[in-house]
Amino acid sequence: MSASQIGKKQYLVYLAQVHINFRRAELESLADICGLNDLDFSNYKEDSPFFIVELDNDTQAKEWIKRSILSRAIYEYWGEGKDLTELHQSIKFGTNIEHYKDLYKNDSFKFEFESYRGSNKKVNRISQIETFSYLAFKGKINMKSPDQVYTLIEVFEPVSDNEPSTTPSHMYFGRRVQISDRSSADVFDLKKRPYKGTTSFEAELSLISANIAQVKPGSIMYDPFAGTGSFLCAGGHYGALVIGSDIDGRMIRGKGAQHDISSNFKYYGDTDKFLDVMTMDFTHNSLRNSLGIDTILCDPPYGIRESIKVLGAKDPERFVGKENVEIDGQKAYLLRDYIPTKKPISLDLLLDSLLQFASERLPINGRLAFWMPTANDENIETLVPLHKNLELKYNCVQSFNKWSRRLLVYINRGKDYNGPTNSGLQRSTADFRERYFKNFN
Amino acid sequence: MKFLTTNFLKCPVKTCDTSNDNFPLQYNGEKCQLIQDESIEFNPEFLLNILDRIDWAAIIIVARDLGNKSLPPTKPSFSPELSDDDLIVLRDLHTLLLQTSIVDGEMKCKNCGHIYFIKNSIPNLLLPPHLA
Repeated sequence: MSASQIGKKQYLVYLAQVHINFRRAELESLADICGLNDLDFSNYKEDSPFFIVELDNDTQAKEWIKRSILSRAIYEYWGEGKDLTELHQSIKFGTNIEHYKDLYKNDSFKFEFESYRGSNKKVNRISQIETFSYLAFKGKINMKSPDQVYTLIEVFEPVSDNEPSTTPSHMYFGRRVQISDRSSADVFDLKKRPYKGTTSFEAELSLISANIAQVKPGSIMYDPFAGTGSFLCAGGHYGALVIGSDIDGRMIRGKGAQHDISSNFKYYGDTDKFLDVMTMDFTHNSLRNSLGIDTILCDPPYGIRESIKVLGAKDPERFVGKENVEIDGQKAYLLRDYIPTKKPISLDLLLDSLLQFASERLPINGRLAFWMPTANDENIETLVPLHKNLELKYNCVQSFNKWSRRLLVYINRGKDYNGPTNSGLQRSTADFRERYFKNFN
Repeated sequence: MKFLTTNFLKCPVKTCDTSNDNFPLQYNGEKCQLIQDESIEFNPEFLLNILDRIDWAAIIIVARDLGNKSLPPTKPSFSPELSDDDLIVLRDLHTLLLQTSIVDGEMKCKNCGHIYFIKNSIPNLLLPPHLA
């Protein structure tokens, strides 16, 4: 029997039980990138790291999970049970088991063990492996580079909060198809990054953001509030040519050749993915109008460390005629060291212009993703900015003690979409900065 | 600032948007100091994708500003299966677009005449209040 004859197969996705509010968004967004449109999420549960799903073949499974941060791995599902006896029954009566046995019988292999919420310290793994002898694998055992890896995942139910169980309450068995990209959260950890700052965004959520924003290889990603370049690193990791800008030149300049954004790209081995960062006010944008920008991913300034600013005079009267000021016979504003004045702008207005920019520059179905903080104590619903061309696809909340932040993800649907809009309205009830420093009371 | 970036940057002054002279900016060849960073990896497939986004006429103009008059008049095209000759051309493009950068220099809008500076490889596109 060939693989095409058995139709769809069951796969087990072993998920990370963290950032639950982002997990399904990541799985869906990555599925969408590889054209898996009819994925059935009816078995998906927020409180479980196990998700059984049907796919056509291993290629689909690999493409889907290879860049996931909130999955650990995907397995071809062979069976499950509350103990080994039940597990073996489940495997032996599995619909595809004879086919699988035949397909992999001559491949070299090894067994590996995973455990969730506990560990089975006393068990003898060798004798455990021997109970699988009915699978009749004829290939050699190869611990270093086996053709197939078979995984037994043991699930534990802790006795109480501080007393772990030592006997598994459930187990899954399968053939490993693809390990996720979860280890990159560690590779990109800020602790090891050559150049970072107080505003650097944590690695794991940066990578998750890039996945939900669907940053694609060979595409162009832009971060208009680049700061120390956290999202640029994440975008470069997923193969986009990344461009950043920031009105504050100090962050993007860094602290010398070994400590700037481009040195981070050298450190991660992604030098060809980094285009440039520029000192620029995003509302006075220099990227030519005809340049296609596939993805916009950013963490706009919320005025916590300093107020939000754009180019222009706060008090225009003071600047009347200043363009005629000359120093040593040259217009002052044309001098190399001229520093233009800036004026404050409200967060609502800044986000309105971000949505407008996205609607003008993104291709149809292109995504804008950005972070927005809110206080938790407000009894009124947070007003998320909306634009008539953009569909608000995800609103993923990360909660802290007294405040939270959310990743807002929009899809550009074009002029005919005519969605709801609240542009031009004052949406925030109070200045986030002021409330942050008053501890939200 | 990489040579490729010159192909993406227009003058940010809003009134210049109605003119065709706000892109590409004009680079002052005498004042622009170039370097080549050979450590930037060559990735032909990636470069091919990026070439789709390039305005070739602007590449020629800026290259001329900076003293390179040897570029072909039309954008090079490539066969799906890259030949050895294709790879040679792509490598040359890689050297020009990604490995060459302007460390220090000036660029000017051909419409409004405003001058933008590049310092420590970072272009500064901020505007004085009367142009903002």
